[in-house]
Amino acid sequence: MIFNNFQFLIIVLLSPLVQGIIKKLKALGQGRVGAGIFQPYLDLIRLFRKGMVISKTASRVFHAAPFVVFLSTLAACALVPVISANAEVFGLGDVIALFYTLALGRFFLVLAGLDAGTAFGGEGSSREAMVAILVEPMIMLAVFTAAVAGHSTSAAQLASNPHIYSSPAYVLAFCAFYVALIAETGRIPVDNPDTHLELTMIHEGMVLEYSGGYLALLEWAHWMKQMLLFTLAADLFFPFGIGMDPVRAFVLYSVKMAVLGAALALTETSRAKLRIFQLPSLLGGAFVLALLSIISVIALQR
Amino acid sequence: MIFISGLCLFALATGLAAVAPERSLRYTYLLMFVGAVFAGAGSVLAVYAPPTAICVSSIIEYIPVSFAAGPLSGFFGLVLSAIAAPVSLYSAGYCPQGRTKAVLYGLFVLSLYALFYSADAVSFIIAWEAMSIFSYFLVISHTEDQESGRAGLVYSVMTHAGTALILAAFFAAYAVTGRFDFDGMRVGLAGSPEWIRSVIFCLSFLGFGMKAAIIPLHLWLPRAHPAAPSNVSALMSGIMVKAGIYGMLLMGFYVLGANVAWWGMVILVTGIICSVLGVLYVLMEHDIKRLLAYSSVENIGIILLGMGASALFASAGMRALAGLALAAAMFHVLNHAMFKGLLFMGAGAVHKATHTRNMEEMGGLLKRMPYTGLFFLIGCVSISALPPFNGFSSEWLTFQSLILGSQTPRIYMELATLLGGAALALTGGLAAASFIKAFGIPFLGQPRSAKAENADESNRPMILAMGIAAAACLALGLFPSGVLGLISKIPLSGLDQVSKAGVYPGMATRALLSPVNVAGGFAQIQPAGILAFMLAGLAALLVFLKIFWRRPKTVYRDSWDCGMQALTPRMQYTATAFSKPVRVVFKNIYMPKKEVSTVYALKPFFVSSMAYKSQIRPFFEEFLYRPALKAFDKLAMSAKRLQSGSLQLYLGYMLLTLLAMLVLWA
Repeated sequence: MIFNNFQFLIIVLLSPLVQGIIKKLKALGQGRVGAGIFQPYLDLIRLFRKGMVISKTASRVFHAAPFVVFLSTLAACALVPVISANAEVFGLGDVIALFYTLALGRFFLVLAGLDAGTAFGGEGSSREAMVAILVEPMIMLAVFTAAVAGHSTSAAQLASNPHIYSSPAYVLAFCAFYVALIAETGRIPVDNPDTHLELTMIHEGMVLEYSGGYLALLEWAHWMKQMLLFTLAADLFFPFGIGMDPVRAFVLYSVKMAVLGAALALTETSRAKLRIFQLPSLLGGAFVLALLSIISVIALQR
Repeated sequence: MIFISGLCLFALATGLAAVAPERSLRYTYLLMFVGAVFAGAGSVLAVYAPPTAICVSSIIEYIPVSFAAGPLSGFFGLVLSAIAAPVSLYSAGYCPQGRTKAVLYGLFVLSLYALFYSADAVSFIIAWEAMSIFSYFLVISHTEDQESGRAGLVYSVMTHAGTALILAAFFAAYAVTGRFDFDGMRVGLAGSPEWIRSVIFCLSFLGFGMKAAIIPLHLWLPRAHPAAPSNVSALMSGIMVKAGIYGMLLMGFYVLGANVAWWGMVILVTGIICSVLGVLYVLMEHDIKRLLAYSSVENIGIILLGMGASALFASAGMRALAGLALAAAMFHVLNHAMFKGLLFMGAGAVHKATHTRNMEEMGGLLKRMPYTGLFFLIGCVSISALPPFNGFSSEWLTFQSLILGSQTPRIYMELATLLGGAALALTGGLAAASFIKAFGIPFLGQPRSAKAENADESNRPMILAMGIAAAACLALGLFPSGVLGLISKIPLSGLDQVSKAGVYPGMATRALLSPVNVAGGFAQIQPAGILAFMLAGLAALLVFLKIFWRRPKTVYRDSWDCGMQALTPRMQYTATAFSKPVRVVFKNIYMPKKEVSTVYALKPFFVSSMAYKSQIRPFFEEFLYRPALKAFDKLAMSAKRLQSGSLQLYLGYMLLTLLAMLVLWA
């Protein structure tokens, strides 16, 4: 019981590792050696030890944002089953609540981008808002597909839905979800996580003024969100293994995370970043996939 | 009894405002605050009590004017009180001068109470007209504003067109049933053929839709609401547009039963259009009050999504789900009243402090107005439907009822409800972006003008009023079960099933903290739990940081300026720039026009100045109203040809008319 309730700690503790693995795979794909897979942990420790430089223009929102972002991501992590589906963790909410809790964090992060009064922050904030607007309905439609087929919006219930592989709607919904995943985690072709160049950045633009412990919290929250979305993809679309005995479930879960991470690294190395105003065609295409998935799930139900 | 005494207190305060010395007007506002609190408490009791008549009299013989307290009246009375109380308190600080405004304000609120408690069509129409007229005077009362006269004209014309349609609906109902009281209409219309009921539904949907500002009948709202003083704007957006929703619930749901599928489709599709288009226009506004006014259109759309889904469920005989969807809509009515009232109060405070409504001239206000800023932020978070605030709870329930639309028997219903869900998701994202802009541009960064630089914090009554409204937003978000229990006492389609059929098992115990549970385990949320979890997480995080964060010193420096000279406020992102990506993405809807004019010192290399102007084209004005007006003008001009001014011709007309009449009567 206690274990069920605290399975979110897996995401909290292992999310830097997932990030490290993705970076390593990406480096290998680009023909570099790359840093070790534990580098993100070292980064966090380093950042926590550093002092902070804070803009004189910044208000309290700037100080509150790292905490709100971290805590809302933490709360969202508590809403998904990780390796055991027989308890909805604390019964706090469903998948819709999860995305709105994440949106709370984003709301404050975007505000923080505007707070320092620079063009960089505003640029990142404005673009992030645009991407969020396009991604949100897509994610919701993909979730609706799962909810209609699984007769629930609770992640735990959906993860224990056995009929999942019989429906082509899931394939379409997963494709849409994957595009949303790329956009939400700020990766190529939507955003470039490795640069501070003003032409390409979205997420990095918003956090440009942050340093030290605040930056560590924001980065950690960003990695948690990435692993959370991986977990959700696993719960909604590949729920095999959830609810087995903890060791086997954990092994299967690790495999799923590794595969999704590898897929993301492959996408990043094989694609170029899109121009910002070409994004709507990518995201719009994914939206149509999500729409088709919901239509097919309705049609297949009868 | 409590209700009546509260109302008397309010009326007394209004009367006192008319005679009291100018400098003690603020105390009459405080008295109104007390009156509204009592009326609110009385309204809650009215929801639980069986319907009772308050007073019956007759102006003309055989036409009784009656007022009664029932659950539906009580609920809307509660919504009105919940917003009128803080707004009255706010007014004490916001406009302590201006006797006429104080009296009109009091009369406006009283007419709204009369409207919600009227039990027949006659008293309803009298209260409705009183509400329209008092609000019209309040709209044009801002004499310093050039636009307000024109705004008042548009408002007055459109609202009366709506009243005409409502009257037609009432007369049609009277013609069929011979009754003016709503209970009588309900009984009389129960057995009448569907086409008659459909005609009455359409008339009342359009008539009340005018007041609720459904697109494309919304034209008056973004003009009239910002033109009024902010305390009145808060009431107009918070509760007066809900009078339209109340009318739809009364005629469509209570009297007609709302169980025809295509009515549900009409309401649902209108809801989709209103929510998406409404919020798209919100994002483009840079006038802080117009922005809030457009957002009322969006929220009316969200309410209509719930109502439409409810009618669809009712037509399919799924009463429990009809109740769920309607409960979501009514919950959103209350929530929208709270956060929109709060936001308008905040916008009024900002306007009072900076003397401008243009967001591009603001900036850095959070440091100058910390409390106003905090409460405005809470309003923005609530309206963006983020947990654990109240907008989230009602939008979540709306989401659930739309997803549960997949259990309806017809494929078009399933598609419509699920598309409604997608529209709601799009609306949520756009609303969040809009209110990030509405808070971020005025309150964060550096001040963009001297007006913003010299802004001061609001006075105490205003802060207190905004604090009350903000606390209500949080409380409604944390404890949705309490309000849903109240709503389930209203005898509208299926609402009584809401607790019985186990849509919310949590409510049976009435425990405030119980989770909201939908359709027997379909989904549940516990907003208070989410907050508690975050607080626990915060405690753990602080302990963690205490151990691991060495806290080397923090230094405060200028923002990063790429090594150039110091940043100026003009280098910040503006509201226009912030919403630019959305303007590009949705350019087919906005049809933006942009002009760049360059003045050269020496062509083509030395530019002395550049001007950039960008605006969006108002679709409905240009493609619906303007052609209609033009056609009407043309018609009028062609009628003018008859009037040549020659006396002989006029005598000739008379002769012709006389001859025609003789022929006809012979």
